Amino acid sequence: MHFDAFDRYHHATSFIHRLDPRVKVVVTIAYILSNTLLPDGAWIAFGLALLFLLYANALSNLGMAFTFKRSFVALPFALVAVTVLFSIPGQPLTTFHFIMWDFTITDMGLLRFESILVRSWLSVQMAILLVATTRFPDLIHAFEHLRVPSILTTIIAFLYRYLFVLGDEVFRLLRAREARSAASPAAAAGTRSGGSVAWRARVAGHMAGQLFLRSYERSDRVYNAMLARGYTGHLNTMNPHELHRIDYISMASALIVILVLQVVGRL
Amino acid sequence: MLYSPQALHIPDGFLSIIISIICWVITVSTLGIAISRTNKSLGEKQVPLMGMMAAFIFAAQMINFPIAGGTSGHLLGGALAAITLGPWAGMLVMTAVIGVQGLLLQDGGLLVMGANILNMGLLTSSVGYGLYRSVLGKGQGMKLAVAGVAAWLSVMTGALATALQLWLSGTARLEIVVPAMLTVHALIGLGEALITVAALGFIFRTRPDLLDEESASAQGSRGWVLAGIAITLLVLLLSPFASSNPDGLERVASDLGFLQTGQASAYQILPDYTIPFLGSTPLSTILAGAAGLIVVGLIIALLGQGLKAKS
Repeated sequence: MHFDAFDRYHHATSFIHRLDPRVKVVVTIAYILSNTLLPDGAWIAFGLALLFLLYANALSNLGMAFTFKRSFVALPFALVAVTVLFSIPGQPLTTFHFIMWDFTITDMGLLRFESILVRSWLSVQMAILLVATTRFPDLIHAFEHLRVPSILTTIIAFLYRYLFVLGDEVFRLLRAREARSAASPAAAAGTRSGGSVAWRARVAGHMAGQLFLRSYERSDRVYNAMLARGYTGHLNTMNPHELHRIDYISMASALIVILVLQVVGRL
Repeated sequence: MLYSPQALHIPDGFLSIIISIICWVITVSTLGIAISRTNKSLGEKQVPLMGMMAAFIFAAQMINFPIAGGTSGHLLGGALAAITLGPWAGMLVMTAVIGVQGLLLQDGGLLVMGANILNMGLLTSSVGYGLYRSVLGKGQGMKLAVAGVAAWLSVMTGALATALQLWLSGTARLEIVVPAMLTVHALIGLGEALITVAALGFIFRTRPDLLDEESASAQGSRGWVLAGIAITLLVLLLSPFASSNPDGLERVASDLGFLQTGQASAYQILPDYTIPFLGSTPLSTILAGAAGLIVVGLIIALLGQGLKAKS
């Protein structure tokens, strides 16, 4: 597995890529907060929020539709929100019969459902843009500057560093299982292979246990190697981030736009 | 293949701002304690270990096994992390995993991350370690059985907390979201329990020193037993109550000022709506829940014995 198999960074040279990661984190969180705070059915404000997102997309040189293409990851979760269609009182729009219940969709319920989906859809796109324009180590560093405890950021840095190594271990384990559990040709077509469910669970559990021990023992070796190289308990960085005037200006203007969005949404 | 999203990661936009903030406050204060405890009790060596364990949980979530009809069982890992590393370190490890999933893979939102960490990291670790702590000093079969029940309950706790947060945010209806989440996760939790038990059994056989009594009891005080049992009882009492008597919980929530007034009259549209497969009185369903737990415990105990005998 390549070391950046999990990375979502897309390299380009652009204004957004050059911005200080702290500014990007703050603006992204403010934008998501703003979406959450906008009242149901504030379509003008949601439209402006979409324009803001598209503008950020355009500035990032990744293409206007970049975040749109990957924006449906949160969609399956919309299933849990379906029930609000029927639960908020309002003008009935339509009624349908299902097994033994009558479901009535109300206009207020529909409005709430649509608003939840739009909020989620806009927010997830901004988060996608954040990780697409910021290298993950820079992102961790930004969170350190924003007062996230260093023990957490260090754990996350290690997680990121060794994820692909352990990912490779998992693939080796999965390949070994496939090679040994004699899947019939039918199994390749999606039916089960190997013994009973309990047997399969036991094999999966042994794989997890095996992975645990390999990780545990590897962490010993990693620690010794780090000690040998002068580790004293915290990680240092070679590129200290500095906020320039352009960072302050961009952050201020983005936050003002978000504030305006809130005002428009409440008019 | 690389990564399969799970039903407990709430995306942004699905929780109201108040619920998000309440969850963040709980999460941040708990993590504050966790950080000061781990800093005090563990040396610098522990940081690479916890980082590697976070990567382990992330990677172990890729291991799955087919159950039937295209569904597969896999690991969430909260209980396993808490049992092997202790409750505080387990919480930090799970926080890192959920943080990276939300940040990097957009599996779970940023503003609602407090809720996601609470549901899948803090609650799962508390239940997992709390129940396991109560059987320290007992035989290995007992430990494995309780670890299995704890793993199943950790998933159920997370699912119930998620359902309640969604309902309090006005995103889902109580009497649908609670039974739906609990039913789905009763199965997912079974996968979790089986993998956790088999993984722990494997570690018991190959590196028993990692799970010895002394270090396991040093990782957390006996107070964890109480916390684990308290959460267990809360789940047992609250889930049937929420399913069979939503108006009662609705009333409590509106008395506490959680629900907007607009939702208080929600039940006039569907006055006859009841969940047919659950009993009508809270007591009977609470008993049913307890009976279910005992059955799950027995099944896992038998499986644990079987797994031990075969290997």
